[in-house]
Amino acid sequence: MSSNATPDASVFVAKTSGGRITDFVDQRVGGSGILREFGRKVFPDHWSFMFGEVALYSFVILLLSGTFLTFFFDPSMAETHYAGSYTPLKNVEMSVAYSSSLNISFDVRGGMFMRQVHHWAALLFVASVSVHMLRVFFTGAFRKPRELNWVVGSVLLILSMAAGFTGYSLPDDLLSGNGLRIIDGVIKSIPVIGTYTSFFLFGGEFPGTMIISRLYMLHILLVPALILLMIVMHLFMVVVHKHTQYPGPGRNDGNVVGYPLGPVYAAKAGGFFFIVFGVVAIMAAFFTINPIWNYGPYDPSPVSAGTQPDWYIGFVDGALRLMPGTIGDWKVEQVWFGYMFTFNVLLPALVPAGILFTVMFAYPWIERWITKDNREHHVLDRPRNAPTRTAIGMAGFVWYCVMWAAAGSDLIATHFHVALNDVTYWLRALFFIGPVIAFIVTKRVALALQRKDREIALHGRETGRIVRLPHGEFIEVHAPLDEYKRYKLVGFESPAPLPAVPNEHGVVDRKEKRRAKLSRWFFEDRVAPATPAELEAAHGHHGAHEAVEAAESQKTLSH
Amino acid sequence: MKALSQKRRHPLAAIALLLMGLLVTGGLYAVATTVNQAKADTTTYSASDVEEGGKLFAANCATCHGMGASGSQAGPSLVGVGAAAVDFQVGSGRMPMQMNGPQAYKKPAQFNEEQTKQLAAYVASLGPGPAIPEAGVLDEKGDAANGGELFRTNCAMCHNAAAAGGALTRGKFAPALAGVSGQHIYEAMVTGPQNMPVFSDANISPEGKRDIITYLKQIEANGSPGGADLGALGPVSEGLFVWIAGLGVIIAFTIWLTSRTS
Repeated sequence: MSSNATPDASVFVAKTSGGRITDFVDQRVGGSGILREFGRKVFPDHWSFMFGEVALYSFVILLLSGTFLTFFFDPSMAETHYAGSYTPLKNVEMSVAYSSSLNISFDVRGGMFMRQVHHWAALLFVASVSVHMLRVFFTGAFRKPRELNWVVGSVLLILSMAAGFTGYSLPDDLLSGNGLRIIDGVIKSIPVIGTYTSFFLFGGEFPGTMIISRLYMLHILLVPALILLMIVMHLFMVVVHKHTQYPGPGRNDGNVVGYPLGPVYAAKAGGFFFIVFGVVAIMAAFFTINPIWNYGPYDPSPVSAGTQPDWYIGFVDGALRLMPGTIGDWKVEQVWFGYMFTFNVLLPALVPAGILFTVMFAYPWIERWITKDNREHHVLDRPRNAPTRTAIGMAGFVWYCVMWAAAGSDLIATHFHVALNDVTYWLRALFFIGPVIAFIVTKRVALALQRKDREIALHGRETGRIVRLPHGEFIEVHAPLDEYKRYKLVGFESPAPLPAVPNEHGVVDRKEKRRAKLSRWFFEDRVAPATPAELEAAHGHHGAHEAVEAAESQKTLSH
Repeated sequence: MKALSQKRRHPLAAIALLLMGLLVTGGLYAVATTVNQAKADTTTYSASDVEEGGKLFAANCATCHGMGASGSQAGPSLVGVGAAAVDFQVGSGRMPMQMNGPQAYKKPAQFNEEQTKQLAAYVASLGPGPAIPEAGVLDEKGDAANGGELFRTNCAMCHNAAAAGGALTRGKFAPALAGVSGQHIYEAMVTGPQNMPVFSDANISPEGKRDIITYLKQIEANGSPGGADLGALGPVSEGLFVWIAGLGVIIAFTIWLTSRTS
């Protein structure tokens, strides 16, 4: 360290004033070091890696448009008479919350646009989170070391649904009030604590005068703060773990092949934000969403046809619609010990969602337990190369979609001219057999695709050129693959079933037996990738064909 | 008086008293509730209208509704349904029915205005029933806000708050109301066609019905202030739109962004 007070030539002085200011800041916050580190982060290129970004950008749009809306929204349930410019509701008695939502729509400049931006962005937010999670699941990106990030992502999904639902309820129109009434019914169906919880939440009997302001606080403060916290954790872990990549030549668990963040990805990501914003803005400008003026003020007596929650709560609503009130002669609603147990609400509202979320959270550990795989994975699986996982995912997806479709059962009935009852019966059947069919079909398709890959790796691509050999045999000429393409078809892991292993006491306990059984179920019909020896042999075979052809042509020449 | 008191222990006295009581309550009820009765047809139809209508009826309707509109296994009796019912069913093309089914579909009307009027005259002549509404209740100058409230309370559970229609059980449905004339809306309310209940004048007053028609016509004329309404079907069509159009366009962009230039 030099203790010279006089400036010497080795001290860098920027030439421009902008440079000097930057240097001043950098010397105090150390920005260049951070930038150098981050700028060198490499991100692989694939369209399916961008849904997380879409979710992040939708969230930013939500914060911006939401802030605008808070300037004008008044979450009060006090009664008022509408005096705004929408004449079909003139002088109608309503809550201040609904009146201010109408004013945002009709009397605040740009208010309608901002409301629609906010709502479309909310739908897009949950949709992109969901698609992102599907991508992560089907490519096996949740494996070590990313299990905890999967959990954080799952929490984000639930939080995004909570944010959406609390927002859906705020305008206090007929639709949102009907939605709240269903939630109130679900809460009240919980044995013992249900009614108390409902009274606590609504500050008395439904709907009370508190719920909108309470949901408002949750919607603009608690839930977004939690989402922000989870996003920070999520991104932090992405940086720590580095990004996953699809398998390919030169890619392995020790590297990341792609472009650096700076400047390529910074530019792409920055531009992509504006693309997402643009898409949302176009939707908001040309397509109406949640036309609250159609629904009128909330009043517990009217219920409109076509009352549904926003899409992400739809699967719960669908499960409620599918639940029968009686099974045979047995009433699902029971009175035990003088208390009412409304299982026809409780079961469909909580059980399917409970199963979905439990399996979702636990899945990385389930698979880790079965495979005993303790290695880090940074190269993704192609979905076909993990047939059982892909099949499990599709079974869950189809199960979700059946419930989701049930939420629109009335619209399916009217638009496809079928009976509402038949739609319900079919969906009830599909609720149970749909996932089974999906599992079997997906697994078969995945195995078939793997066999096709193996075939192509070994024998090359079919060219469609049929050649007749001199002794009368017809063969189709196969074009060999180049090495890069072949790598994609053979360079994957295919775990074999792992038989039960005795523990340290030399005993195979029951749990281990169960694990071995599951492992067999997972991997017993696996299609192994073509080994180098097999490839060699296959090429030898081709060589023989070629040798024959060459010899034949030689013969013709010599004649 | 004396004779009456002497007869009071007569074996039939209790029965006579009961009959008297029933007559009085029944009579009072009948007087008090005339408001519930369909108003007799006040429109005057000429005898030739009735006669022509009878011929049309015999040729086109009697197969199901029976000769003299007394009903058959295939169709209900039309005695007392009134001119309003005929004007609605025939005027909107629902009758004659195209085929049997859970509900008659709206289709281009088979009879012209004159023939419809003759059929209405014939059916009205069979017994008193709701008449074709007067122009005063169809002027669309009522109180739209009140009409909206009445609509949400009485109609929205089947027809949807935005009058976009909705499903009923077993293939039945409540149709969308855009493009339906005020006269047909009024007639539907007083006659309860298909699976619709009757909204009598005691239930919704003629002024209330006028308000409802005003409201429906006003929201129809207003269109959708926020942009394309996606069928006004609520969150289902919005969800479908964001998944297919919104996410679809964004996926197209992601593919473009991650494609190599080479």
